[in-house]
Amino acid sequence: MLIDFFLHLKAAKLPVSTKEFLTLLEALQARVISHSLDEFYVLSRACLIKDESNYDKFDRAFGGYFKGVTELPGLDAEIPEDWLRAMAKKHLTPEEKAKLEKLGWDKLMEQLKQRLEEQKERHQGGSKWIGTGGSSPFGNGGFHPEGIRIGGQSAGNRSAIKVWEQREFKNLDDTVELGTRNIKVALRRLRRFAREGAAEELDLDGTIRDTAQNAGWLDIKMRPERHNKIKVLLFLDIGGSMDDHIRLCEEMFSAAKSEFKHLEYFYFHNCVYDYVWRDNRRRHAERFPLHDVMHKYGDDYKLIMVGDATMSPYEILQAGGSVEYMNEEPGATWLARLLERYPKAVWLNPEPERLWEYRHSIQIIRDIMGSRMFPLSLEGLERAMRQLNK
Amino acid sequence: MRFAGSSNYVATPDLMLAVNAAIALERPLLIKGEPGTGKTMLAEEVAAALGLPLMQWHIKSTTKAQQGLYEYDAVSRLRDSQLGDGRVHDIANYILKGVLWQAFEAEEQTIILIDEIDKADIEFPNDLLRELDRMEFYVYETRQLIKARRRPLVFITSNNEKELPDAFLRRCFFHYIKFPDKETMQRIVDVHFPGIKQALLKEALQVFFELREVPGLKKKPSTSELLDWLKLLLAEDIPPEALRSQDRKVTVPPLHGALLKNEQDVHLFERLVFMAKQNR
Repeated sequence: MLIDFFLHLKAAKLPVSTKEFLTLLEALQARVISHSLDEFYVLSRACLIKDESNYDKFDRAFGGYFKGVTELPGLDAEIPEDWLRAMAKKHLTPEEKAKLEKLGWDKLMEQLKQRLEEQKERHQGGSKWIGTGGSSPFGNGGFHPEGIRIGGQSAGNRSAIKVWEQREFKNLDDTVELGTRNIKVALRRLRRFAREGAAEELDLDGTIRDTAQNAGWLDIKMRPERHNKIKVLLFLDIGGSMDDHIRLCEEMFSAAKSEFKHLEYFYFHNCVYDYVWRDNRRRHAERFPLHDVMHKYGDDYKLIMVGDATMSPYEILQAGGSVEYMNEEPGATWLARLLERYPKAVWLNPEPERLWEYRHSIQIIRDIMGSRMFPLSLEGLERAMRQLNK
Repeated sequence: MRFAGSSNYVATPDLMLAVNAAIALERPLLIKGEPGTGKTMLAEEVAAALGLPLMQWHIKSTTKAQQGLYEYDAVSRLRDSQLGDGRVHDIANYILKGVLWQAFEAEEQTIILIDEIDKADIEFPNDLLRELDRMEFYVYETRQLIKARRRPLVFITSNNEKELPDAFLRRCFFHYIKFPDKETMQRIVDVHFPGIKQALLKEALQVFFELREVPGLKKKPSTSELLDWLKLLLAEDIPPEALRSQDRKVTVPPLHGALLKNEQDVHLFERLVFMAKQNR
């Protein structure tokens, strides 16, 4: 009974366990509810789901099972415009790629504007018009070194400068627990067990020693209790080229949450600008000005940035270089501001360290960070934590 | 035994169902939700409604799981031994009973409230697994097993400051109290202030929900703050018109100190009001 339902939830990647399922059956047997689907919904949720961040997922899975309601496509992915859908990808040889000369930023924008005005219909292939699979700097799935990306998936060479779509990213969830044990071990290094504050616990060894010294006359010693007082401000890059690393990031995130007394996290995309956000689904509705964030959290916070720092150099150095909106000040300025406010800072990069020198943007960010960039591996974390504790 | 809300606590149907499931199966119920949505109140109200004694255990960052069971007061015993007190020979004289012990040995069924469990150390919930599951524990000093006569009803609240271990969560029912919508809020206010003037209430709720929309507030005003504020408004006898500010001129709502609880928020809010005035 209801085993299919249970397996359906399991298939929807909800963290449900057999014990909780048996509890649900027990509750049904105890006639906690009458025969109503609404009540069953609430009861099964109370039994099986133990975190409100899974409520949404549960709702969809429940609906999908009981009413046959199709999960709406487009909840997770935005459909790109029809004429931009990647139908075919034209594979260029390296020589051909080399032949495409790099256009300057201003020239690129100007040309795009021009062609958007000229073009009316869907276009595929060729080397001038916007469309898919061509070698024109505009459109997507193409191979121009500094192409502008319009809709659809990036072809994989990751140099699109402008993303002309409002993408909905999945929220990072912190449920990844398996395999995070080793990261936890490393993060624990960040805890500093400072013995300070009020005397709270009996120092048994000290008492015995001092009592003995007093020839048996009791001399009670107290000592302050240890507690973790590390405060962390965590900035996570989300979306775009970070999609490959999202699993690593999730593990990191889930490990971090239980490790500190104060942990504040924010998301950004590629580079930090005027705004960051907390909830990725509502990233356009609910964003926090970076100024306010810096104002709110004192300089005793330690700053940890997590991002692959892989982007077009324009996004860091140029005002208006953000792929999301018109930023008045370049990302480098904001990054420098953050570092000024939080002297203890590191950047964790999920990309392997050996690749760093091949990406210009990584070099730039690393310079800004003053070489405080570490790979997102156990060993890299150790080094990063040591740096933060200096 | 069923809980169906009470004369001064408005419970939504799904909350009632979760409570009743926990009562029927005698499992702990974990309650989460925004601060001020009545998590702690719930246990008190259930205890009052069912007529059971309530035992409260408020958790602090220094609280240890052991303290809920019992504590061995070694320091007193050491001192008594120095003074030659006769009581020193029986270790049981120095065992102090904790909240869980008291609840376990009570004659009738009790309700235990473990308040703000997330304040404690990460290991805290793990240390209570067996105690909450089997409702028994062992006292090593006196070698006795303490077993609950009647399984108590356990309510646990959390503010989500730390995540709780899976093993612990599997043993609980869980309910997340949503922030009440306008309708529920009206019922809550009606319960607390039966005679409140409709006009005043309408304006006040308007101001309240608008204030919650202000971006960047460190702490959004919650239900309990709204109730405090209404109490003040009533005490000062402020007319409903004073709250209305829409088009004529923008004003700071009177007695806003009851809604905004920290300097930066008040400052931010006043700045926003000032800016709004400038734009006109």
